[in-house]
Amino acid sequence: MDKKLEPIVQALQEKYTTSIEEFRDEVHIFIKTEQIVDALTLLRDKYDFELLSALTASDYWPQQSPRFHVIYQLSSISRNLTLQLRVPLDGNNPKLPTATRVYQVANWRERELLDMFGIEIEGHPDPRRILMPEDTTGHPLRKDFPLGYEEPQFTFNIDEIDLHKPYAKE
Amino acid sequence: MAQLEEVNVDQYKHLVSERALTGETMLLNMGPQHPSTHGVLRLLLELDGETVLNCIPDIGYLHTGIEKNMEAKTYLKAEVMSDRLDYMNTMGNNLAYVLAVEKLVELDVPPRAQAIRVILTELQRIASHLVFLGAFGLDLAAMSVFLYCFREREAILDIAELCSGQRMMTTYFRPGGLWRDVPVEFETAVRNFLKMFPKRVDEYETLLTKNPILLDRTVGIGKLDIATALQHGATGPMLRASGLNWDLRKARPYSGYEQYDFNVPTRTEGDTFARYIVRIEEFRESMKIVEQALNKLPMGPVNSDNRKFVPPPRSELGVSMEALIHHFKLWTEGFPAPKASVYSAVESPRGELGVYLEGDGGPKPQRIHWRTPSFDNLSVIEKMVRGHLVADLVAILASIDIVLGDIDR
Repeated sequence: MDKKLEPIVQALQEKYTTSIEEFRDEVHIFIKTEQIVDALTLLRDKYDFELLSALTASDYWPQQSPRFHVIYQLSSISRNLTLQLRVPLDGNNPKLPTATRVYQVANWRERELLDMFGIEIEGHPDPRRILMPEDTTGHPLRKDFPLGYEEPQFTFNIDEIDLHKPYAKE
Repeated sequence: MAQLEEVNVDQYKHLVSERALTGETMLLNMGPQHPSTHGVLRLLLELDGETVLNCIPDIGYLHTGIEKNMEAKTYLKAEVMSDRLDYMNTMGNNLAYVLAVEKLVELDVPPRAQAIRVILTELQRIASHLVFLGAFGLDLAAMSVFLYCFREREAILDIAELCSGQRMMTTYFRPGGLWRDVPVEFETAVRNFLKMFPKRVDEYETLLTKNPILLDRTVGIGKLDIATALQHGATGPMLRASGLNWDLRKARPYSGYEQYDFNVPTRTEGDTFARYIVRIEEFRESMKIVEQALNKLPMGPVNSDNRKFVPPPRSELGVSMEALIHHFKLWTEGFPAPKASVYSAVESPRGELGVYLEGDGGPKPQRIHWRTPSFDNLSVIEKMVRGHLVADLVAILASIDIVLGDIDR
């Protein structure tokens, strides 16, 4: 771990009683859902993490609790540090408080989480899908969403597949 | 089947002003098919006369599900998708991806491969900025600059073709090194380019930098201060034009950038003209890096000799049993990566290009996320265009230098 990062990690650990992972000099801190906005505000105001570099999630289906990890990749320009916060979320009705009041970049990134993973963002100012069309069903980056290859038609199943093909039938 | 619904104001009423609901101001669609939206970007504008009150970008028309597709491929095969993200910066995307893979599996890269990576990425940065400059000129009605820029860009794409066999979708950098060494003509080709290009940059400057029409349309237009830029995650030339000296090549050097001597051009105005000047200066800095890297290009292998991750050379397959086994395993199954995650970021021509890569213990990634700079850079546009004219919006959009493949992924 970077020497400059140690006091910050310690302070977070004392305040939020979190667990910590380290891999290839990167520090991941696990934070509970209800504390994440508080932790982000603290990091931005007291420890100069000005930039929320990335905000994404990872799906561990079929595991259910936690099913998702939401990943906040923070970056401090004045101290030249990076830090990752991870929020585990349950698979049943996942909810996350919005971070748009701390970092406005979270606005679009959270819309992407909503769109791609179906994570509900509480208090988001503009909760619409961002990349997929409005009328899409399902959330593409979930592991139980199929990649979408078309099933090949053979003589034995041509009619069966034809039934659910999306073109107009007479 | 979903019913097609007519778009109405109700859907956007939390984003536009109240005057739009009474019909006092006008809602106007710009794009997705519009020449100055640089691809398929739709902007919903709320206009009072010709003044922009609100701008609501609508993205996703080019969404190709690259992240999902990469999850279904082995680490080697997934790299092909990375070229298709930001198609102006293919080598840079390859570099971001291979650095993440190398960090995840702890793979060393020989110095020659690192230097060649730097040369090609910097040339690609010049090519990307040339497209920016051409399109910027075109949007401000300076047609000839576009043609000149594409002439020079062709010389760079020829160098890419010389190395990899492809002009754009190169996939030349591989985990552990390069696909193969550069051909003997490489050095002459790059030197010829370095000899020709500085004069050409001066030519662009004589055409644009003091051009009163360009100055009228760019100076003081679309101002962005550092605090807003950081809040919206804007990086790269956008941030540097606002006055913050932040370049990942200097701050967190990768691939041997610490050996080269170059400056990070910054401006303090934060307007459209500053963003243009920063990129012009970056032409010169990139040329400095390429020249230094070429002058001390070390000899030696271009691939790591760790056969668990890098395929053996063809010549060994006939004589070595182990080489044959490694070749077979790598091309059928791929190599496994640990069940952990890394985040690695590089400085792309547009800003911080980050890759979040998570392995699941097997040969395919559990999750790969691309933190693409254009996505965040575009989100700041609503702040920049407020109060400007529609014609200024075109200049501002051009100065952000968006690539829709980079935004929609």
